[in-house]
This record gives sequence, structure tokens and C-alpha cells, in this order.
Amino acid sequence: MIIASNLTKRFGKLKALDDVSVNFMKGECIALMGPNGSGKTTLIKSILGMVVPDSGFITFNDKNILRDWQYRRHIGYMPQIGRYPENMTIGQVIAMIKDIRSPYNTAFDEELIESFGLNAMLKKRMRTLSGGTRQKVSASLAFLFNTDVLILDEPTAGLDPVASEILKEKIKAQIKKGRLVIITSHILSDLDELVTQVIYMQEGKLLFHKNINILRNETGQQKLARAIVSVMHNQRS
Amino acid sequence: MKIFSVIVFFFAGCIFYAAQLNAATLVVGKNKPFTSIKAALQHCKSGDTILVETGLYKEQEIVIDKTIVLKGIQQPVLDGENKYQIILIKAPNVVIDNFRLQHSGKSDVNDIAAIKIFHADNVTISNNIIDDAYWGVLTQYSNNCIITNNHLKAYAKESSSGNGIHCWKCDNLRITDNTIKGHRDGIYFEFVTNSIVQKNISENNLRYGLHFMFSHNDAYISNIFKQNGSGVAVMYSHGVKMTGNSFIKNWGDGAYGLLLKEITDGYIYHNHFTNNTIGIHAEGTTRIKVEKNVFNSNGWAMRVQASCSDNHILYNNFQNNTFDIATNGSLVLNTFDHNYWDKYEGYDINKDRIGDVPYRPVSLFSMIVEKNPSAMVLFRSFMVTLFDKTEKVLPGITPENLKDNFPLMKPLAL
Amino acid sequence: MKKIIKYVTADILRNKIVLAYTVLLLIISFSVFALQDDASKGMLSLLNITLLIVPLMSVIFSAIYIYNSAEFIELLVSQPLKRKSIWLSLFYGLAAALSIAYFIGAGIPIIIYQPSATGFIMLGAGIILSIIFVAIALLAAVLTRDKAKGIGITILLWLYFALIFDGLILFILFQFEDYPLDKFMVFTSAFNPVDLCRILILLRMDVSALMGYTGAIFKDFFGSQTGSFVAVTVLLLWVIIPVWLSMKKFKKKDL
Repeated sequence: MIIASNLTKRFGKLKALDDVSVNFMKGECIALMGPNGSGKTTLIKSILGMVVPDSGFITFNDKNILRDWQYRRHIGYMPQIGRYPENMTIGQVIAMIKDIRSPYNTAFDEELIESFGLNAMLKKRMRTLSGGTRQKVSASLAFLFNTDVLILDEPTAGLDPVASEILKEKIKAQIKKGRLVIITSHILSDLDELVTQVIYMQEGKLLFHKNINILRNETGQQKLARAIVSVMHNQRS
Repeated sequence: MKIFSVIVFFFAGCIFYAAQLNAATLVVGKNKPFTSIKAALQHCKSGDTILVETGLYKEQEIVIDKTIVLKGIQQPVLDGENKYQIILIKAPNVVIDNFRLQHSGKSDVNDIAAIKIFHADNVTISNNIIDDAYWGVLTQYSNNCIITNNHLKAYAKESSSGNGIHCWKCDNLRITDNTIKGHRDGIYFEFVTNSIVQKNISENNLRYGLHFMFSHNDAYISNIFKQNGSGVAVMYSHGVKMTGNSFIKNWGDGAYGLLLKEITDGYIYHNHFTNNTIGIHAEGTTRIKVEKNVFNSNGWAMRVQASCSDNHILYNNFQNNTFDIATNGSLVLNTFDHNYWDKYEGYDINKDRIGDVPYRPVSLFSMIVEKNPSAMVLFRSFMVTLFDKTEKVLPGITPENLKDNFPLMKPLAL
Repeated sequence: MKKIIKYVTADILRNKIVLAYTVLLLIISFSVFALQDDASKGMLSLLNITLLIVPLMSVIFSAIYIYNSAEFIELLVSQPLKRKSIWLSLFYGLAAALSIAYFIGAGIPIIIYQPSATGFIMLGAGIILSIIFVAIALLAAVLTRDKAKGIGITILLWLYFALIFDGLILFILFQFEDYPLDKFMVFTSAFNPVDLCRILILLRMDVSALMGYTGAIFKDFFGSQTGSFVAVTVLLLWVIIPVWLSMKKFKKKDL
């Protein structure tokens, strides 16, 4: 569904992406992992067209996304730190995004808005919200449009356990519907059960891209985090 | 004694009456005793009146050498056919009234005019229309003449043109209620003394509306000078009084409402200077009093060169001018007191209607423009405003003494 | 695009600074007209506001707004929207908000107290300067990532157009005093929209003085139909070029 070929991106001296090629297929749930500054977010932003790679290209449903913007109607995106116009209320933000996407998506999935209890605080201004509430808004927006692709950047960071659980259930439901879900995280212990593929990045390079079951077999570790640590350990030695 | 003087008067009256009786009236026109003015002139004698009926007369140059009254009925047309001078007056006490004179000849060499008065005193030129003349009325060596209510219009171009009313070496003239358009100078005086120019309208002339050279003790009153190359030039003259005139829209590079050059003892009172590039330009003037005039919307209200001395500028209104005063030196021998300046920003704590701090009418930027005229394009920019404000606080370049020590807080009702 | 303009404009209007700016302009304009017994003196004060405060306000407010809207822009970019529409909407929103602020704050007093050709030229100049400096701010903001640096640059640009440029002109005028520079001056005025607007107003306000000297050339040029057309075109280019450059840059910008 999404194919990235030989992506390279530099920010000054820093190589954020170094010849990264990767495939994302329908129905997969991909964990995009790696230490801070390994290029995960850059990769995601490249897919979203927010960062333009220096070389290489990305196709979405076999179409190059460069100069295209229509493809984004198929993506729901939850940013790492949800930042919104400070003066707008939650209700206004949701209404605005709905309005902007209304030509393409008309059936709204408002389940998360309800289960996070955002309905009760639609009149609150964005600047008054806590980090967790912002994350809830971000998540609600990402899932609002029944999109084929969901890109979630550190989705559970800052969420309380209850909300985290609600979100996990929601992600599960999406995978069942055969949607592509890409999740970045550096700790994935709470998402173990969802993930089908693992991508590990370091210093802008893609170290490996493996099916979780293969990974488990290779390392003999059931827990995802342990499996990765084990891989890292093997590589270093 | 009383009786004697009555008798003298009686006889004098008789003689006068007899002369009147003796005077004849000759009529010129179609089917009249005379069909041409020249023929009538040949038959008339001094004291006669020639009435000219309406019609077109092409008589080449009409020379009047007898004291006669030449009067038109419904403005007969005298045509110079673009070749001839139309009327030449050589006798005193002649009256030319109610004609239309048109298409005089044009020559620089012979000074061809519509009406030339030469060595003839007490001549009256009245109620005529003078159209397309080279010189309109040309007066030389003639005193006590009256030129009144004539309308002159010419179509002068840069190269060839004469003045509307041109007077040379005359005394005691009265030039009133005329309109003069499109000549070189509207009215020109050279060596003319003790004369009055009043209620004339002089506009769209190429050079000056009114031009004085070496003409002393004259007065011009209540005239309008509009859109001339420059309004009025008064040069090398003394004792000229200028009152109640309007100087309007004399626009252009170096165009003035009033140019004063090398003159002394003049009095400029109650005039309006409006929309001129320069209201008054004074150079080498001495003992001039400029009082109760209104300077409104001029580029420069006054440009007073350093060569002027002992002039007094007082009780004038300076409003909406781009620059109030400009000068080219630091020496100031003139006084500028009790004027109203709309740019004055001082205060009046003791409520005597006079500002408590002096006003300096010369701005730093006007000095810069004086040096480098192109800098005018920077006018009203932030930088220039800063310059001027700084200079107002710490005067360094503008003349120290050029200031109004008693600036008025409110404009005078003028 | 209409939708984004709607949201941008609504967002700016919710910003109290624009409201404060409008009210401040309104107070200043009414007081300069009311305090001076002569409306044309009020116009002089307003000229300084139009040539100084309006560009400063436009350029700084727009730059700050763009920097502060980084999140908003990011949010929009992740949506199925053209970057071009996002950027143009920001421009239209800012330009509309600041022009309306000028129109209400200074325009209404002008229309009440000085409904003359000078007044309307001033009004037009204020509006076009508002828009030009929005465009300049957009370019500065898209070129520098750092907010403090970006705002610093916009202030420097303002200083350049308001003061330094004229200083340079004066310097050139005196350095090359002996050469005929008048036509050159007409040409240079195109490189500073503030100067161009000032000259257009000057040609009304100080026409008597400008008829002498150099001014005649300006009068001949800008007074003619071709001249006014050229002046308006140049002013529009001052809007179009910065917006176009900034858009080109924004299309490739990493967020």
C-alpha cells in the first residue's frame, strides 16, 4: 500500500533518513521502533508529505506522493505532540477538521470522542488542556474518518491507563477491519499483542523489518521489548 | 474780488461752450458720409468726435495726430490683417472707445501693437477687445493716460510674443479693470512712475502677470494674477505698494507668486498667495514691509535670500505651505514677528495669544533642498521628520536668528 | 481553500491584538482630526502613521502569527489539503484582517474628515502597504525557522524600508550631486513600496512645491496615466513576488 524507496533526508549535518526502503501492506500493524532521534518521526512525516526527502520517493497505492495531496484523505494521523490553535475550543477543532475533510469523508467515527469523554468539554480552549487531553483529541481526530491507513506517533505516551486501554481496543478493532496501522514507539510493551511487523531504526538507517512471529522465534523471547533488546545485543557483539 | 472770479469763470465757460459748439461729430459706416475711418480723420479737426458704426474695417495703420474721440458703436472690428499696426496715437487727449481690434502684425523689430500711444498725454483707451495682437497697448513717453476695461487675449508662443499692456517712460498712468490673457507679460512697466494698476485680471501669460522694471512709486491694488509663468516681478524699483492682490497657482520650476529683486521701500499688504510654487521670492530687497498677507498652500511661502535686509514680515498667516521660509545663508537681517504659523507647536501658558517659545520657520530639510533640489523626493519621509525634529531641538544648521519671537496661536482673520 | 481562509480569518479576528490595533488606529485618527483645526494637518499626522506604524504592525504581527501558527499549519498540512491553498489562505486571512483594521481604524475617519482625492490615495496606500508587509513577513517567516531570528529580520526589513533606504538615497544624492539623478530617483522609488506610496501622496499634498525642481519629473511621470498604472503595478508586484517566493519555499518546507 505504501512503498518507500531509498529515502534520504538530511537536517544540516544530521542524517535523519539514510537510504531507507520499506513496504507497508494492508492489514498490517507495524511497530516503528528505535531510540530517540533515530528517524522514526521523519519517516512518518515523509509519508504524510510534511517532510520532503532529499532523494528517494514514496508511493501510496502506486502513486508518487510528491506534488500529490489527495492521498492524505486515506490517512488518519495522530502526532507525537498534538499542537492545535491555542484559541480554538475542542469542539471548534473537531468541527474544523470535519469541515476540511467533508468532501472526502462523510461517515464519522465518533466513538473515541465519546469514550474519552470529550463531549463534556467541547467548549474548552486548547491552551487550557493538559498533555493527556490533547492526546485524546489527537487520537479522536485520527480515528474520526474511517481511513484505510492510521499513523500513530507515540499514541499512548501521556495517556492514563484507562484511556490507553480504550485506544488499544480501538486500534485492535481497526486492524480487524483490515486497515494498515503504523505505530511508532520506543516502548511497546503495552502494544505487544497488536503488532504484526516490527521495524527497527537507528541513526536514520533501517536496521531490520521483520514479522513479529519470526522475530520471536529467532530470539526466543515472547515479549517484544525483550526480543528487540536481544536483537540489539546480538548485533553489537 | 469775488465778482471778478465769477466773471472769469463765466467767460471761461463761454469759451469752452463755444469750443464744444465748434466741435463736429463725424460718422463712419456703410452708406454714411465716410466709409473709412481714415477718410473721416482727414476731414476732422481737433476736438471732433468720430463715431464708427459696426462693421469690419481693414484700414492698415490708422494714425491719429489730432485730438479726437474715436468711438465705436457696437464694437466695430478693426483688423490688422496680421500685417499692420492698427492704431497709432500721436496727439494728446485722444479717446479710443469700444472697438474690437484684432490680428495685428507681428514683428520684433518694429514693436507692432494693436494700439500704440507715442508721445501723447492724457489718452484714454477704454472698453475695447484686443484679440490676437502682438503687443496689446504700447505706451511710450506718454503721461496721464487711462487704460480701462479692455479685454486682451493673445495666443503667444515661446518664441514670438509681446506684452499685453506695455508702458515705457510714462508718468501717472491708470490701468484699471482690464483682463489680459496669453501675452508674454500681462502688464509691463519700465521707467514708469506714480502710476496705479488696479482691479485687473492677468492670467495665463507666458512670463509674468505684471512686470516692473525701474519703475518707482507705483501701486498695484486688488488685481488677480493667476497661472502665469510667474505672478508679478518687481525689479530695480522703489516705493512700490502692493495691496489686496491675489497670486494664484503660479506653478513651475522657479515660478513665483511675487518676485522682488533689488527693490527698496515697498509695502506688501493684504495680499493672498495661494498654491504657488514660491509665494514671494525676495532677493536684494531692503526696507520692505510684508504685512497681513495670507500664504496658503504654497510650496515655499517665502524665499528670502541672504542679500535682503531690514525687511519686516509681520502679522501674516502661513497655512498649509510645504515650507514656510527658505533662505540660502546664515545671516539674517530681517524680522519675522507676530505671524501665525500653522506648523508652530509651542504653547501659550500666559494666555496672551502669543506662543511662549519662538518659532523657527526654516526647517533643516528646506536647507538641504536648497543645496540639493533632488532631495525633495525624500520629503515627509521618516528620516526627514527625524532630521527636522532634531534640528528644532538643537538648531545647528538653520539660521540662528531667523525666528518669530511672538508667534500667534490663532490665525488672523484676513 | 475558502474553508481555510474562513478558519484563518476567524482565528486572527479572535486575536485581540488586531482588535487593539484597530481601536488604537481609530483613536489616533479621530484625535488627530479632532485636535487640529485644519483637516489637512490631521492628514499629515495620519501620513506618518500610514507610512510607519502600518508597515511595522503588519510585518511584525504577520511574522509572529505565522510562527505561532506552526501547530495549526502542521495540523493542516497533515490533512488532505494543498500546501499552496494553506499558504495562500494564511496570506489572504492576514491581508484581509490587517486591511480591514486599517480601513476601519484610519479609513473611516479619513472618509468623514477628508473625503478628497488625497484622502482616498492615503486610504489606498495604507491598505496596499498593509498587504505588502504581510507578504514580506510571510517570506521572512518561511525563510527562517527560528522565531526570534525571523522577527528580528522583519524588524530590520521594516527599518530598511522606513529609514535606511532613504538614508542611502540621500547619501547618493549628495555623493553624485553633479549628475542629473532625477530619472534615476523615479526608478529607485520602485524599490521601496513605502517611498512609492509616500511620493504618490506627496504629489497631492505638496503639489505646489513639487512643481518646482525635481518634482516636476515625478509629477510628469506619476501624474500621467501610464505613470499611475506603473506605480500600481509595481505596488502589486511588491505583493505578488514575496508571496510567490514564500509559497515556493513553503511547498518544500519540512514541518
